Amino acid sequence: MPSERPSIDRNIENSRWTDLIARIRDDADEAAFAEVFGHFAPRVKGFLMKSGASATLAEECAQDVMATLWQKAHLFDPSRASAATWIFTIARNRRIDALRKARRPEPEEITWGPEEAPDQSDILALEQETTLLSEAIATLPPKQKTLIEAAYYGDLTHSEIAEKTGLPLGTIKSRIRLALDRLRHTMK
Amino acid sequence: MAYASGTLPEAFGLTVAAHVSLCDECRARVGAFDSVGGVLLEQGETPQMADGSMAAALAAAKAAPAAPRKAMRAPGILPTPLQEYVGGDLDAVRWRSVGMGVRQAILPVSGTATVRLLHIRAGAAVPDHGHRGTELTLVLQGAFMDDDARFARGDIEIATEDLQHTPVADSGEDCICLAATDAPLKFQSWIARAAQPFLRI
Repeated sequence: MPSERPSIDRNIENSRWTDLIARIRDDADEAAFAEVFGHFAPRVKGFLMKSGASATLAEECAQDVMATLWQKAHLFDPSRASAATWIFTIARNRRIDALRKARRPEPEEITWGPEEAPDQSDILALEQETTLLSEAIATLPPKQKTLIEAAYYGDLTHSEIAEKTGLPLGTIKSRIRLALDRLRHTMK
Repeated sequence: MAYASGTLPEAFGLTVAAHVSLCDECRARVGAFDSVGGVLLEQGETPQMADGSMAAALAAAKAAPAAPRKAMRAPGILPTPLQEYVGGDLDAVRWRSVGMGVRQAILPVSGTATVRLLHIRAGAAVPDHGHRGTELTLVLQGAFMDDDARFARGDIEIATEDLQHTPVADSGEDCICLAATDAPLKFQSWIARAAQPFLRI
């Protein structure tokens, strides 16, 4: 299979971020932080700019997000989220604070015992799923991908997407649903 | 998905967070939506960072203490995210009577959508009403019946403009719900309509 090599590379990359975040947590390792920063800070800045933040505000918030990553390194659980997903959730919450001055209530945590270390096989399974998901998103038809991006990046409701793209609301809802179904299907 | 992307009004966000606390299937779905966000972030654009950006972030990181652990399951009827708004469990709720066996407590959130706790005496009914926007109702204790369904702890009813209903609390136990709306309800009876401005329903 031609797609096998990139999958393996992505798995390796995921584990690398997990290791680096563990080094930040355990050793306050500044070199590890620099490496994570180099990869993710520009992506967070890009995400915030797509959400409508100015370059200055996006720069400032991206720094905040990376500082938060340092302070929350002990809360990262690689069996429940990839590094990119975890950083996305921090960035999203920062965006809500900055652009909307509202809170985002979080569900309570579930734990399976006090301070239990995440299971290695769970981490591996999650990494493989993330890889599949990345490939599925990369192969979405452009129209569906654009709408999924608008919903995530744009801070837009479905009605606002309708207004911006001139598409009827029903079409947008069904296209987003189609895109998500397609993702789900590819993941099986 | 709107909850995962962070575009929900706070009132609805709180209701979803409370529901997800009680529903493992939806917790998994929120996790899946978050992963889509993670992949989009990974595949997204990478504008240049400012000079000295990394050093500034590192300095800010070291200036503040490590973040506390996230809220774990607090004992009680109310899920943890809700307890944070109320300032405790049910005994901390400041109820105000609405009449006809119904009490309410409006919770402070930003935005135009509102969210309230409702305490409906066992067997009592909320007057017949329709909806101008969306109403999410999450059951926290007891149960209520609608024309064609029964909702118990953890269940969420999503009412839109098409739904006209008279929810009735189950006779066994008082029913406590969390209800979020983005537009005022449309009551059938003029008495209920006249009282609306005072009750902020």
